[in-house]
Amino acid sequence: MIPVAFDYSAPTTLDEALTLLADAGEDGKILAGGQSLIPVLKLRLAAPHAVIDLGRIDALRGIREDGDHVVIGAMTQHHDVATHPLVAEHANLIARATQTVADPQIRHRGTFGGALVHADPAGDLPAAALAMDAVFHIVGPGGERTVAAADFFVDLFTTAVGDNEILTEVRMPKKTAWVSDYQKFTRVAQQWSIVGVAATLRIENGRIAEARIALTNMGSVPIRVQAVEQALIGCAIEEDAIARATASVADGTNPPSDLNGDPDYRRHLATVLTRRAVLNAA
Amino acid sequence: MVQTTITVTVDGTSYTDQVEPRMLLVQYLRETLGKTGTLIGCDTSNCGACTVHLDGVSVKSCTMFAVQADGHEVTTIEGIAGADGLHPMQTAFHENHALQCGFCTPGMIMASIDLLRENPNPDEQMIRDGLEGNLCRCTGYQNIVKAVRSAAETEAAKVELGATIPVGQPS
Repeated sequence: MIPVAFDYSAPTTLDEALTLLADAGEDGKILAGGQSLIPVLKLRLAAPHAVIDLGRIDALRGIREDGDHVVIGAMTQHHDVATHPLVAEHANLIARATQTVADPQIRHRGTFGGALVHADPAGDLPAAALAMDAVFHIVGPGGERTVAAADFFVDLFTTAVGDNEILTEVRMPKKTAWVSDYQKFTRVAQQWSIVGVAATLRIENGRIAEARIALTNMGSVPIRVQAVEQALIGCAIEEDAIARATASVADGTNPPSDLNGDPDYRRHLATVLTRRAVLNAA
Repeated sequence: MVQTTITVTVDGTSYTDQVEPRMLLVQYLRETLGKTGTLIGCDTSNCGACTVHLDGVSVKSCTMFAVQADGHEVTTIEGIAGADGLHPMQTAFHENHALQCGFCTPGMIMASIDLLRENPNPDEQMIRDGLEGNLCRCTGYQNIVKAVRSAAETEAAKVELGATIPVGQPS
């Protein structure tokens, strides 16, 4: 399968990329790791006139700490996120979720920022970023702005990043010594999540002191479940107590219906997977 | 159509060519360079038959443009055998009957080499997880896993043997 022809540019600076993007107008498309965009182009579901490849902008790649935050450059490959010691130490939920993305070859090319801006409702990273209270740094012609995770995911495949803007990095408050799990339910290898659950917890004296829970593919955007986070506080690490605290996780959700399952099946899965994620994390 | 000039090192040889930006890396390898050892299977980044190494790590060459490889180094299944014969992973596949129809084999071998580079001593589950991006429609996974395990053991034995040989002695 061959994409429709396009003009290609590979800027080496962010400023250059922003100019190219502005010049391309509505017909421009940013290429990050390409592991979602290239299949879409090959299937001719999209036919941008101009493709602007961010792969040669070194400044967009890398993981660093900045005070009490971990910062992941938008063009950092999944493999690097999944194996980086800073992520393991301060954002282990992100490491857990990233390890489940697609397969090794795709994790070598696909990028953290690319997956987040793509905002596939079945993608694994949006829920993890939401649970981590991530803040998104977006640059456009008017300068830089920041958007909290709760406002970043707007709808199916739609984020707060405008047509003429680029996501540069994602900052997350360190959750050092928190424990995490990402439960992903699929039928076969490398399938998209039918449902996924991101859980990260701070445990004190054998009880849950703080919790963050977010769901993948239970709606058009990832869903943070604060009622369950509250219910988990003070909970002992014990199956019955955790099952009670997480039982309502799917309440009020409107998950999609497809060949993999109807909404009731997904609500059931979300409940089971949340219990497992919390128990596994703890 | 606008063409872009790229220079890519493939299997140790540097090539400079004019390509359309929409040309996939796998097309470039097969159609421009004639390296048909890398196969196109599903063409949708599921099956892994097109796996090659880009700067030493496994990637799916059907899900990358040739222009993205400009200035980089690509290794295909055609570039892994040395002057003294097959790559140890090729030997392991051969000896363990790790192929039936053979279509997935080039991609399986390239993915397996990368798997051992990252984890030289994987157990069976790690091998199965590590080959998640490669499909064998003959379902010959059992012997593929066996071959990777055997390649890991052979390499480990060599390292151990090497360590016991005093410096300065012929190995």
